[in-house]
Amino acid sequence: MDSAGSADRYLPDTIQRSAKILVVGAFGVGKTTLVGSVSEITPLRTEEVMTEASVGVDELHGGSRKRTTTVAMDFGRITINPELVLYLFGAPGQRRFWDLWTDLAVGAIGVLVLVDVRTLEESFDVLEQLEERELPFAVAVNRFPDSPDVDLDQVSAALDLLPETPVVECDARDRHSCAQALLALCEYVVTHDPRSREFAQ
Amino acid sequence: MTGSGEPDHSTPAFPARALRPYVITRGRARASRNTVGVETLLIAPDPDRELPVTASREERSLVRMCSRLLSLAEAAVHLDLPVSLVSVLASDLIDAGYLSARSGVSRPAAPDSALLLEVLNGLRGIR
Ligand SMILES: Nc1nc2c(ncn2[C@@H]2O[C@H](COP(=O)(O)OP(=O)(O)O)[C@@H](O)[C@H]2O)c(=O)[nH]1
Ligand SMILES: [Mg+2]
Repeated sequence: MDSAGSADRYLPDTIQRSAKILVVGAFGVGKTTLVGSVSEITPLRTEEVMTEASVGVDELHGGSRKRTTTVAMDFGRITINPELVLYLFGAPGQRRFWDLWTDLAVGAIGVLVLVDVRTLEESFDVLEQLEERELPFAVAVNRFPDSPDVDLDQVSAALDLLPETPVVECDARDRHSCAQALLALCEYVVTHDPRSREFAQ
Repeated sequence: MTGSGEPDHSTPAFPARALRPYVITRGRARASRNTVGVETLLIAPDPDRELPVTASREERSLVRMCSRLLSLAEAAVHLDLPVSLVSVLASDLIDAGYLSARSGVSRPAAPDSALLLEVLNGLRGIR
């Protein structure tokens, strides 16, 4: 499938470690665009077949059949320094894909939730799940030409976020802007990782 | 990895895409332990070492793909195999010594603070 020369795909041998950040959000919010903008490799795309975990499916089908869904994921890569690479994984945020990205989230730095102010309600599901699972996240607002003019405080209020949860502007087409959004997430994780409470005294 | 009188999938009638993952992984849908992730860096310590005759075509191609350093997710995409499937195969191949995970196989739930600071510095440098 991959026609490009295979030599380019490999990591330099100096790389010792990897880290990852998840990018989630509803359909059309700009996940694929963001991963493509910051990645230094041509973004990779995979389709995962997953068994739908939605409530009621088994009952509806007499308990014997499970429904499967195909989920597209985007991968990008950033070389942080000669010893460390950062991977970005873009995955859809809807409820029925939770199984997929909770596995993905193990060991992740955190989650960047991309939102479109025209369809804010589509991110309620995702945010609720992140809060429940105590995964650190930041919200990036991707603006489109016909987006209503709301400021970031209004977004934060509408999404009922904790005051410390970062909400940043992000143009998914712009590399620097995407890096700044990822940076906001990482800075937040340094000070507010809910997972580190287990280790702290 | 171990043949056990089950059907031989090394010369399948269908491409791997058409097989449900549990067929290729011989009945397991996920890796036995949560030791490998999509970002795990894989490398074959000795790519020329013969795999057992019972090894599947997918296992062989994964070891070949990892002749040099690559993440699990990238290996899966280049092989056109589902990541969930490659996780199971990689986990077995690591156990059997045909692959190794560069940064170790124990993955903490959250990254350590040294790594986080390196990532911060790297991202600050992106224009
Ligand atoms: N104006 C504008 N358009 C964007 C932006 N980000 C993405 N788009 C466009 O929105 C559409 C959906 O983006 P995509 O990345 O495919 O969304 P995904 O479904 O979340 O992966 C595409 O046509 C993009 O070109 C943005 O920041 N500004
Ligand atoms: Mg997309």
